[in-house]
This record gives sequence, C-alpha cells and structure tokens, in this order.
Amino acid sequence: MTDLIFAIAIGGAFGFALDRVGATNPGYIIRMLNLSDLHLMRTILMGIGIASILLFTALLAGAIDPAHLSIKETHIGVLLGGVLLGAGFAIAGYCPGTGLSAAATGRWDAVVFVIGGLGGAWVYMLAYPLVAANGLADGMSGGKATLGTLDGTRYPAAFPWPPGEVLGLCIGITMVFVALALPPSIRFRKKRAVPIE
Amino acid sequence: MILNYRRGGVLLGLVFFMAVFLMKPLGVSTQFVIFDGIVWDLVVPDTVVVSDTAAGGHASANAYLDKSGGKYASAVANPLSYGFVLVLAMMAGAFLSARLRGGVAAQERNMPAVWRANFGDSVPLRYAATFIAGFVVLFGARLAGGCTSGHMMSGMMQTALSGYIFAAGVFLAGIPVALLLFPKEA
Repeated sequence: MTDLIFAIAIGGAFGFALDRVGATNPGYIIRMLNLSDLHLMRTILMGIGIASILLFTALLAGAIDPAHLSIKETHIGVLLGGVLLGAGFAIAGYCPGTGLSAAATGRWDAVVFVIGGLGGAWVYMLAYPLVAANGLADGMSGGKATLGTLDGTRYPAAFPWPPGEVLGLCIGITMVFVALALPPSIRFRKKRAVPIE
Repeated sequence: MILNYRRGGVLLGLVFFMAVFLMKPLGVSTQFVIFDGIVWDLVVPDTVVVSDTAAGGHASANAYLDKSGGKYASAVANPLSYGFVLVLAMMAGAFLSARLRGGVAAQERNMPAVWRANFGDSVPLRYAATFIAGFVVLFGARLAGGCTSGHMMSGMMQTALSGYIFAAGVFLAGIPVALLLFPKEA
C-alpha cells in the first residue's frame, strides 16, 4: 500500500514537472534536436546533474540504501534501440513518458503516438524470441556496469578508480556546469542578429 | 509560460532523486508492455496464467511476458503495481499542470508550430507520422530495455554505462533526423 502512495506521489510530481518544463510540447523537443532551442537539452542536463549530486551525496553520507539503485544491462540492443528511439523522437517530438503526458494534456497527435507505441511494444513482444536468438538482448561490456565501483552493490565498474560515488558526484557537477554554459540556441539566432543589406 | 531550465532542471532532478530515495529509479516504457498484456489477456484468455513454478506467481506462453520468472506476466495479472500506477499518476500530474496553466491552445492540439512550418497543416500527415514514430520509439525502447526516463535520466544519474550508450544512440540519430526534417525554425 505504501508502494502505491509513493507511486502516486512520484508519478504525479513527474508528470507535473514534465509539463512545467515544456517537455509535453513536441515543439520544444523537435527544436532541441534541430538545435534551434536548447532549452530542454539544458533542462535535461541540469536535471540529471542535480539528481546525481543528490544521489551520490546521499550515498556517501549513508543516507540512502544502495539496494535502491537499479542499473540496466549494457548490450548492443541498447545502442540500436537508442538509435530507433532517437529517430522517432525527432519525427514526433515525443518519447514514451512525454507522449503519454502530452496525450493527457489534450494533444491528439500524442494520443496517436501512444497507439503506435502500443503497436510497437506488442510487435516487440512477438519478436522477442528472434531478437534474443540473434544475441541482441545478451550481455556485453560486463553486464550491468557502472562507471566506478559503488559500495554496497555488485555492479561491475568500467573504471577501477576513483570510487564510483566520487566519480558520480564530479559528473553531476560537470553536467550542471555544461547546462549553464550551453547557449540558448545554436542555429537561427545569429541569422536574426545580422541585418539584411 | 514554462519554467526556465534552471528551475525546471532542479524540479526534474528532485523528482528523479526522490524516486530512487523512496523506491527505485523511475521508468515508463515497460508499462506499454504491461498495458498490451492486459488487453491481450482480455481478448485471448489465458495469455497470462497462474503458475506455481514462476517466481512471480504467473507465467505466459509469450516469451517476453514470461522472462525473468514471469515478472511482466505478474504485473499484467496485477495492474495495481508500483510501475503501472506511477505511469497513470504521471498522466494525471501532466493533466493537472496543463489545466492549471489554461490548457493546450487549439492550434497546438494536432501538431506543434515547428511541424506546421515545415510540413503544412495536414492533420492526417501529422497523425501518420506520429503513429509510425510511436511504433518505432516503443520498439526501440523495448530493444534497449528502457526509454528516455529509465535509460537516459535514471541511468545517467546513477552513472550506468548503458545510460550513456543509450543517450549517444538517441542523439546520434535524433539530431540528424531533426536537422533533415525541420530546416525551418517555426
């Protein structure tokens, strides 16, 4: 029961935040990917950076149970799947979470995206034996690897040093600085600034 | 009006941290499979069956639902699971936020301005594109084992190697496709 209360609180806050940062608007996602408006890119970097800083500080302070971490497996399907998702992300301006959230805000193209998504997930369920037989779902690069060794977990580390928590904290801080340093836009802005002669 | 990237980023970061602090890293795309499984089991009874040997108590003839001790099969049999309720609550949260800011403008409901600037205002064309994109996105997310929330945000915040590889794949494909399809800003 506590689980479901947490699900409602965390899920509700997540959907609210996605809408408030503009992620339910496919225009912001498309303009992030065509590099004309980096607002969401900076928001995502800032978000991951802040989450990392809080997480690794809490881990170092012993304030969080390392068993709460959950690392996904690294395999060739991660890269291939990322490429497929990236292409669809650019066409529609939606990913699974923002598509569902956008549908809930009253966007009909998002409802159609979700219906297509249910079809894609179903075809994957049917195709899974074939995918697994071709080694696309099998382990690579040491399975469920993290960059550094994390105390209290059995995840293999890509780098033996520094400690994973310190490395994670440094990466989190770096991401925040990258978010601050990125320009608002890479394309189009300069064109406007130069007067036509 | 949307939050600027600093405030918005801090808000998103807090949500992802609280998810790990209280429960586990959050993700969305698995629930497309669970919803499909629920519908599948309604249309074709016994797609998911009770099993004494499965770790989760349920099994399926479908290999994907049956994998990892019937983890997904059990979630299909019991939709009031943490992950499924989280996604329903996410939709409710987005709905509430949109209501409070006055809803989505009528001309935005079928397509964003940047689409209209590049492809015109044909609704069937936009729907055909988002249907195909949705199909490809979820097939890709399942192949990868997660999506933007589970792999990219939750994965990278934990320094998961898979999170960085996934993000590289997304932007290596997403940026060229968007540059090609959307040369006009808006």
